[in-house]
Amino acid sequence: MRAFATLLERLAFTPGRNAKLRLLRHYLEATPDPDRGYALAALTGDLKLRTVTPGLLRGLMVERVDEQLFALSYDFVGDLAETIALLWDTDRDEDVPLHQAVALLRDTGKAGLPVAIAGMLDRLGPSQRLAFLKLATGNMRIGLSARMARMALAEMGAPDVAQIEEIWHGLTPPYQPLFDWIAGGARPENAAKAPFRPVMLSTPVDLDQLGAFDPTDYIAEWKWDGIRVQAINDGGVRRLYSRTGEDISASFPDLIEALNFDGAVDGELLVRRGEDVAVFGDLQKRLGRKQVGRGMLDSHPASLRVYDLMIWGGRDLRDLPLTDRRAVLEGADFGSDRIDISPLLGFSTWDDLAALRADPPAPVIEGVMIKRRDSPYVGGRPRGPWFKWKRDPHVVDAVLLYAQRGHGKRSGFYSDFTFGLWDADQLVPVGKAYFGFTDEELRELDRFVRNNTVERFGPVRSIAPKLVLEVAFEGLNASGRHKSGVAMRFPRISRIRWDKPVSEADHLSTLKAMIP
Amino acid sequence: MRADQILHPTPAGLYCPPGDFYIDPVRPVPRALITHGHGDHARSGHGAVMTTRQTLEIMAIRYGADFAGQRQAADGPIRVGDTTVSFHPAGHILGSAQIAVQPDQGPKIVVSGDYCRHPNPVSAAYEPVPCDIFVTEATFGLPVFRHPDPAGEMTRLLASMAEFPERPHLIGAYALGKAQRLIMLARQAGIDGPIAIHGALQRLCDYHVEQGIDLGPLVPATAKQVDAQLVIAPPSAFASAWVQRFRDPVIGFASGWMAVRARARQRGVELPLVISDHVDWPQVTQTITELAPQEVWITHGAEDGLLRWCELQGIPARPLRLVGYEDEPE
Repeated sequence: MRAFATLLERLAFTPGRNAKLRLLRHYLEATPDPDRGYALAALTGDLKLRTVTPGLLRGLMVERVDEQLFALSYDFVGDLAETIALLWDTDRDEDVPLHQAVALLRDTGKAGLPVAIAGMLDRLGPSQRLAFLKLATGNMRIGLSARMARMALAEMGAPDVAQIEEIWHGLTPPYQPLFDWIAGGARPENAAKAPFRPVMLSTPVDLDQLGAFDPTDYIAEWKWDGIRVQAINDGGVRRLYSRTGEDISASFPDLIEALNFDGAVDGELLVRRGEDVAVFGDLQKRLGRKQVGRGMLDSHPASLRVYDLMIWGGRDLRDLPLTDRRAVLEGADFGSDRIDISPLLGFSTWDDLAALRADPPAPVIEGVMIKRRDSPYVGGRPRGPWFKWKRDPHVVDAVLLYAQRGHGKRSGFYSDFTFGLWDADQLVPVGKAYFGFTDEELRELDRFVRNNTVERFGPVRSIAPKLVLEVAFEGLNASGRHKSGVAMRFPRISRIRWDKPVSEADHLSTLKAMIP
Repeated sequence: MRADQILHPTPAGLYCPPGDFYIDPVRPVPRALITHGHGDHARSGHGAVMTTRQTLEIMAIRYGADFAGQRQAADGPIRVGDTTVSFHPAGHILGSAQIAVQPDQGPKIVVSGDYCRHPNPVSAAYEPVPCDIFVTEATFGLPVFRHPDPAGEMTRLLASMAEFPERPHLIGAYALGKAQRLIMLARQAGIDGPIAIHGALQRLCDYHVEQGIDLGPLVPATAKQVDAQLVIAPPSAFASAWVQRFRDPVIGFASGWMAVRARARQRGVELPLVISDHVDWPQVTQTITELAPQEVWITHGAEDGLLRWCELQGIPARPLRLVGYEDEPE
């Protein structure tokens, strides 16, 4: 478990995505089975172990350390598992195999748990103690998505990410067949019902590029601002997957209950009240919940707007042309008013479509999708058959207020910018942006930050309010968590307005008026 | 004479009436005794300074030769007013000392300054000095602080350098003491090639070499192109445009605080290295146990933890709550 503990620590402090991938790949390559499989499951949240309560751990500690010293320590460290890992007094530092720790947490009965945990802690050095306690409390928090874990696996051998995603949900820790496959063995049979299938993605396009194509070869539909999902009912086994293959069924029991069909469909997850599709912020409230309360189910009902059929009535439709799949879709009976079909848009020229895109009938439409009529359903992001033509972003002119140093390739540069808008005669922070500018602009911004610093707080500087930034963003949610009351989606710096006086920056009221 | 008539805190620092001197004063005073060369303990502008020869030389490097009206190197017991003072190695940095104050009447007081009992190749080892009153720091005065073997921390540095061979590793370390210790630890860990140092370290590194500490090949990290994977710089350099010459660096920091993740995160560090020049919890408690003083005074740091421990041991202790000393200077 020493290597696992080291990996956890490195991942926790490494901001760069590529660096994280390399750390993980090196670990997986160097670690034997079954430990690497358990590590992978722990990192992706797929390891189901007995969860040890904070109360149990605290109880172990106060038997060993003066309560007041423990309280002072916890207060300083701020994290219970870490406090205990640091406080535990032992001179031993055995390299205990991860599977032993997993077995202990999986198989020990509740009554025996305190003694077993103390016995394990007695054998471990501080970094392994922390890894073990994080495992025990089920709280890794290292910012590694299951998608990234699969990318690291894809770098290890022949199967690519899409192929791994396809079989992922049929596998269980410690994934021996998966590692065998990566090492050159046979592809694991996906025995599980309702497996995830790679999603077909689109590429961005604009009016100029569309000029090269014949509009009659394409259909178009609205691009709904929800979450792209794959909904499946496979012989009664129901699943809802995100487009990267995360199983999000548990957060949407209302929609799962409505999947009264036999097939696998591609669509948009939305919160819909009657005919009204709610703003993205409403859907966001439903995300990431392990359990959804009755009240939330009533006030924020989930629904599905179907774009495409992958499997239907036991038949795999993916090789058929889109128009054939669409014909089956339009004749399908979903048997629930939570599920409807994404309507097609009538157009004969690209200019027609541009006019529709410019004036969508609902605020939760973020543009149009354009799909070749003859396109089969192909996982991944093939160039050409499907385009997304997004609505122009919103923009506001905001004032640069704070800057924070970046990491990795941006080390030494102030590259994370907090900007604000006027509220009466005060500037209030409304968001953060760290992309949208060129390398040359980054150098200019960095110079500006250094020359106009008012105060420093660690890696953050507050900046004299002198510079206006044009900030582009995709959407806006009301937010109780932000002081300004609004949260922007995908904010980025679209232009640096060296020319514009700060007094002419926008007001918070202008931004609030944009909330749908 | 009561102990607090021999030594007591004042706004300028710890003052000794019978000797009419201050120890590590934070403001200019007529007569100062100084434990070590870190900027928060050794300031310029005093009338007279007494400290170890090496600390005098370090102060001259940092502040110029005329940093005080008079300068006296401490060697053996010295009469100051109605007291006898002596300087003893503290194991913290080069030239660091504890100051023992023996009044003609009354208890003997040892002011340990900042001290450390881990083996340190750049400092003479800490020497226990029997006393009636032991004045200790409590920088890491909580039982969560058990500094690991620095060799193990170097193993982590080497592993990262091997894992990311294309990325320069920039390690923040205080210019006096920690930087040179880090270089020596790197040498012990087998890094024989050039180590790049930030310009702010140059003169202090030169001084260590003059004092017989072989730091090995060092190259300046000021050039446009720096030909070393390991670069050592004072933490303040990371906020400057100097960092921009390095492509995709791994930023590290060598400090006892790095043992606590929240602290490492606040600094935006990718590679925290737990290397400290201060006593950790086992060392401070062991030192007090060994010396068995009648009373313990605590200068600065996490005094609540150490006070509680003294209470549990039945050792009288009190906090001096001195202001002006950094937790662990940078």
